[in-house]
Amino acid sequence: MPSAPSKLYSDDVSLLVVTLDTNPFFWSTFSFPFSEFLSHVLAFLNSILLLSQLNQVVVIATGCNSCTYLYDSSSDKNHGSTTGSMPSLYSDLLHNLEVFLAGDQQLAKPRVNAAGGGAPPPSLLSGSLSMALCYIQRAFRSGPIHPQPRILCLQGSADGPEQYVAIMNSIFSAQHSTVPIDSCYIGSNNSAFLQQASYITGGIYYRPPHLDGLFQYFSTVFATDLHSRAFLRLPKSVGVDFRASCFCHKQTIDMGYVCSVCLSIFCEHHDKCSTCGSVFGQAQSNVPSSTDRKRKA
Amino acid sequence: MNNTVKRPLNGGVEDDDEDEADGADLEAWERTYAEDRSWESLQEDESGLLRPIDTTAIHHAQYRRRLRALASTAATARIQKGLIRYLYIVADLSKAASETDLKPSRMAVIGRQVEAFIREFFDQNPLSHIGLVTIKDGIAHCLTELGGSPESHIKALMGKLECSGDASLQNALELVLGYLNQIPSYGHREVLILYSALSTCDPGDLMETIQKCKKSKIRCSVIGLAAEMFICKHLSQETGGTYSVALDESHLKELVLEHAPPPPAIAEYATANLIKMGFPQRAAESAVAICTCHEEARTGGGYTCPRCKVRVCELPTECRICGLTLISSPHLARSYHHLFPIVPFDEVSQTSQNGSSHNFSSDCFGCQQSLLSQGNKPGLSVTCPKCKQQFCLDCDIYIHESLHNCPGCESFRHSNSVTTAQ
Repeated sequence: MPSAPSKLYSDDVSLLVVTLDTNPFFWSTFSFPFSEFLSHVLAFLNSILLLSQLNQVVVIATGCNSCTYLYDSSSDKNHGSTTGSMPSLYSDLLHNLEVFLAGDQQLAKPRVNAAGGGAPPPSLLSGSLSMALCYIQRAFRSGPIHPQPRILCLQGSADGPEQYVAIMNSIFSAQHSTVPIDSCYIGSNNSAFLQQASYITGGIYYRPPHLDGLFQYFSTVFATDLHSRAFLRLPKSVGVDFRASCFCHKQTIDMGYVCSVCLSIFCEHHDKCSTCGSVFGQAQSNVPSSTDRKRKA
Repeated sequence: MNNTVKRPLNGGVEDDDEDEADGADLEAWERTYAEDRSWESLQEDESGLLRPIDTTAIHHAQYRRRLRALASTAATARIQKGLIRYLYIVADLSKAASETDLKPSRMAVIGRQVEAFIREFFDQNPLSHIGLVTIKDGIAHCLTELGGSPESHIKALMGKLECSGDASLQNALELVLGYLNQIPSYGHREVLILYSALSTCDPGDLMETIQKCKKSKIRCSVIGLAAEMFICKHLSQETGGTYSVALDESHLKELVLEHAPPPPAIAEYATANLIKMGFPQRAAESAVAICTCHEEARTGGGYTCPRCKVRVCELPTECRICGLTLISSPHLARSYHHLFPIVPFDEVSQTSQNGSSHNFSSDCFGCQQSLLSQGNKPGLSVTCPKCKQQFCLDCDIYIHESLHNCPGCESFRHSNSVTTAQ
């Protein structure tokens, strides 16, 4: 995998990959309407494209049941509206968004309400982060001079604990390729996953207090390219929650027991690990070990 | 060259002989080049400039072979990996390490590769520890104790790169044995020996020491820089390690970095235990506290031990006051991809793409790059066996080597895939 520092790139040109949360369960119960949110986002994306002719913007939708690319400013498939009244950014993105939302709803399997409970299902952040990273790798391969990539997550839904491993894999891969992940979280409580993502990759995590001025927060905090960030006073982190959740009760704990074989976390002492089946305190002598021995040397 | 000198002397008769019997008149090293017509594989593009040879298909085929070999061994047995490793790196700094067959000298190359290895090792195994041992003048010295911070090891190694005297395998193994017998029973004990000498000067019976290592369940691997030695092979076979000899510097780098990911664990070598660990929270930027590692007041981000509430500067570490191992959940998560690997993708054969029942997309699902080669014909692509999405070859390599997530499986909620996670 080609590494970023070996290539020359100009400081001011950025490739911004935006993952947009379109989870209908979240937006239907949220106080701020999705249409207003979208108008702030579109104005912001337009301003990014105005900052430099070479800037690129890619938008990926994070849905409840699927993820897809909504818009790519460098692709030659952009049509623009037939009447010419809107730039292609707006018309193409809105058109693709409508198509996506219809498809996403169709993919939803009927949920059993008794099991579902009160919490809205989370959106598939791990999928859109993985797609964003694949696109960024393509940008790295494109030649010796390429824009500086970064990812911006616009998220409102809560974290889905089943995506933990996949999101952490994406974070470590982003850290390895020096791609910062910025997050703008508008939900109610802070998102631990996005805080960790921004901390580990060197991005900014920000939760805007007043949603009416969202465009102002976007353009002052998230619009600057990586080179200029050294000269600005950006919001500092308010502390990152690194606590783990135990595998048995899914509660966050700050002290626990870790299985030495599979690294599962438990909050209390057990005799046997529920993930890998190893019995604690004695040398493992279960059946698979005989095939291990055969394979040696 | 010999061939051109012969022709004027012997006239036309020799030419026919040379064409048929290339074994007879050529030196051994020339025979490898007699049939090599590498100029024929050069291509020109439209403007007459030489185009680089398209090696992506070959590169990808090599990569897939390697992946299949790994997957087949992993699939036959439920192989567990040794994730908590205590590794000693033994660097041979005897007189043989000053040889210049690797530029600038074997010792400098060893220093470089060990530094890169230490960084990669802590990246992939955050809960493990490394110690350094050098062999000089027939005596083994312990450079650094088993510790978890890469910088201290690298600094110590770079300061001590001088070579002289003989190498002694037995002294090194005895020293390492002494240290590794003191570590907790859930850790996997490993030794990696970078050996450049062709002999070993031992005070006693080396075979006895090898048997002692085997009894203490230490997995010894050797990387030779000179030639293959029986004793190294015997040592690695007895203890369950690997032995390889490096051909040149890039091969040495490959061999050394092969030891960075956790090896398959031999199950009875380490006991399974529940280790008590703490997960501290990171303080806000404005918090002030006295830090235990530097013993002075510090502002800004530090971590608070959950048991005794003192501040530590970095993770992973052991709290100096109460002895609790402190890690953050990302450190554990770095190793989860070894436990939940993704399956290799299947190649899509180009013949089946035309007129088959599947709908083949024209763009890679991950990066949106067009999968069609020149002339709108389908190019090489791969597909995930679980979610059936198509990916280009570069995404395939990136997904399996760095990302460890299939974007297709992650992007569809109801695909029957994905890890057990928490």
